[in-house]
Amino acid sequence: MVIGSAKDIVEQCGVARFVFSDFPLGNSCGKPYDATMQRAIVGMALDLVETARFPRTTVQTPFAWDSTGEWRVEYMKL
Amino acid sequence: MAEFDRAHRIFVSYIDKSREYYLARGYANPYQWAHYEDAPFATLMKPLRECRVGLVTTAALNEETAKIKRVYSSSTTPPPDEMYTEHRSWDKKATHTRDVESFLPVRRVSEFAADGRIASISPRFYGAPTDFSQRRTIEGYAPSILDLCRADCVDVVLLVPL
Repeated sequence: MVIGSAKDIVEQCGVARFVFSDFPLGNSCGKPYDATMQRAIVGMALDLVETARFPRTTVQTPFAWDSTGEWRVEYMKL
Repeated sequence: MAEFDRAHRIFVSYIDKSREYYLARGYANPYQWAHYEDAPFATLMKPLRECRVGLVTTAALNEETAKIKRVYSSSTTPPPDEMYTEHRSWDKKATHTRDVESFLPVRRVSEFAADGRIASISPRFYGAPTDFSQRRTIEGYAPSILDLCRADCVDVVLLVPL
């Protein structure tokens, strides 16, 4: 069971179960100090452990990092 | 959500970004990412409420040990209040790693144990070095972590790479 934010790298490799956090790399288990969100994401992972029936099963969390999405552009910007 | 170019995927492609980033700096020999046709898979052998859950991290205990490419384990009691992450390629502009629970959720998993959703958290969490060598990862680090998980009677592993 992988919880991560680099969707392409994890899915290209291929894992049994994947919870995808569409966040900047570093906080895939939830925003810092947001225990409620962290609990929800870890809970999704535990749910997926129980319910997945096939390998490469990906579930995306319902959470967005912010309203701008600027981090997507800024990371490793040339 | 801000408008994005719908001729492109919305998710960040770290494979594309890192290749272009290093190519622009003169590294013309891009990394060959792992890819497998098959992924290992097993369903649970017993109910989740009877399972012990372990955590694997790519963070290090401190700056000294971060220099050593070696699998390690460390107690989950008490949960770690800080981990060393500067040697990893997380997004240092957009966020921080001062809250360990945001990438190594020992407290959150322990709460699920307290609630009875799982049986227990493993007495130790496990540290995996990241390595350009897929051979060292597959033949060295992964079997070492499997040995530790078996020694601790772990049923379910959550791997959270930074």
